Amino acid sequence: MTHISVTVDGTAYEDDVEPRLLLVHYLRDRLGLTGTPIGCDTSNCGACTVELDGASVKSCTVLAVQADGCEVTTVQGLARDGEWTPLQRAFHERHALQCGYCTPGMIMAARDLLRENPRPSSDEVRKALEGNLCRCTGYQNIVRAVLAVAEETSASERQSAQGQSAQEVTA
Amino acid sequence: MIPPAFDYARPTSVDEAVRTLADAGEEAKVLAGGQSLLPLLRLRLAFPELVVDVGRIPELRGVREDGDMLAIGALTTHHDVVHDPLVRRHAGLLAQATETVADPAVRHRGTLGGSLAHADPAGDLPAVVLALDAELVAVGPGGRRTIPARDFFADYLQTALAPDELLVEVRVPKREGWGFRYEKFHRVAQSWAMVGVAALVRRDDGHLAEARIGLTNMGATPLRASASEEALAGAGDAEAVARAAQEAAEGTRPSRDASASPEYRAHLARVLTKRAVLAAAGMG
Ligand SMILES: Cc1cc2nc3c(=O)[nH]c(=O)nc-3n(C[C@H](O)[C@H](O)[C@H](O)COP(=O)(O)OP(=O)(O)OC[C@H]3O[C@@H](n4cnc5c(N)ncnc54)[C@H](O)[C@@H]3O)c2cc1C
Ligand code: FES
Ligand code: FES
Repeated sequence: MTHISVTVDGTAYEDDVEPRLLLVHYLRDRLGLTGTPIGCDTSNCGACTVELDGASVKSCTVLAVQADGCEVTTVQGLARDGEWTPLQRAFHERHALQCGYCTPGMIMAARDLLRENPRPSSDEVRKALEGNLCRCTGYQNIVRAVLAVAEETSASERQSAQGQSAQEVTA
Repeated sequence: MIPPAFDYARPTSVDEAVRTLADAGEEAKVLAGGQSLLPLLRLRLAFPELVVDVGRIPELRGVREDGDMLAIGALTTHHDVVHDPLVRRHAGLLAQATETVADPAVRHRGTLGGSLAHADPAGDLPAVVLALDAELVAVGPGGRRTIPARDFFADYLQTALAPDELLVEVRVPKREGWGFRYEKFHRVAQSWAMVGVAALVRRDDGHLAEARIGLTNMGATPLRASASEEALAGAGDAEAVARAAQEAAEGTRPSRDASASPEYRAHLARVLTKRAVLAAAGMG
């Protein structure tokens, strides 16, 4: 057994784990955070994507012991006071899920993209989601949802920039 | 699936890692980014008794200049290689090829050293370091040694590293002003290269003065397309490049698998060599 301390979705945990325990099994079986699903045995599908110290990783391809001392964010840690993030809302509104199995991974991968590139083209969205498979093949609406969030963010940035310059004029 | 049980060590220095490996003998496995080793463990294709996690050794990460060379720590992740300004400036071919490896999540964890030590003939980076004439620095109980890339890849998934040796650094000669291109042919997004071609060219007065070409997945190890390299010296136009590219599969032994026959791989090597060289030379 190896002792680990990890923070998951803002809560600190201390645990003794077998070195072979995968992070995804730790999240699901030990912490009961079943919002992160497992979709394959080959590290291909991306359903299990979470953030490890702020970067997307496939939690089936990380050992729990490798996350020792790190901060993990799962899809369950995104909403604040029951309020969804814009990406979660966009997936809901744009019908970006059918069975929903790939959705947590898609949302975590899309977050990663928007952090590095807040105004991606549709090609860039597709490239960034390369490691996430949707068995229902709902890719069109998934890409639309991600693009919608990018649009929203830049529209609200434009608005606040305009608001600011209006303030400067009146001041 | 759940990996088989193993013991786990997490050394904090290269010396400690090498000592741990030497004590454990053949039954230990180094764990870097885990993006090749963990899938093998999950599929129960590997059964190490001890996993030595070198992921927390700070001296193994990062890129620095060292005279005419770029020294890239073995544990530098694919993501960091792609975004590193020194790599982009002096070894653009490596940045470009690394961007085609797997997907963003895998690139956040997977490392340059891990890709080379794993030595998968379908991996993109072995052929790239071969084309770049890189040197690989290993540390073992006997000390430190430098292995030229051409002597590093021994056979299918086999390298010149001893079981108690750690790959610590990849040294790449700076090649500013050289044109480059990595051309990769794969079936679907995220799948491995059926064939890949890494081309580096130096132009002089409108013709090609020198070309270096690394081939991915054209044999059990990465290979250089030596016949094409020779034929390219002095090539002045696209036709001469096309002629030289016809020799790209000379001396190779491509495998047969579900996605391609050896003949088809040889065809791809010729086509991709032409494309890569034309693009690298700015003739395409
Ligand atoms: C879904 C998926 C798709 C992929 N697609 C591609 C692709 O298109 N192209 C490609 O090139 N790769 C691809 N990969 C592999 C990826 O590039 C891996 O990151 C890489 O092959 C291994 O690097 P790692 O750091 O993860 O090594 P690990 O998995 O930790 O180790 C791999 C092997 O190397 C040994 N090793 C690692 N580091 C050292 C060291 N410093 N010294 C001595 N031995 C060491 C280990 O003992 C092990 O045997 C893919 C992987 C996945 C999961
Ligand atoms: S479950 Fe992790 S990639 Fe499929
Ligand atoms: S919605 Fe079913 S797998 Fe994507």
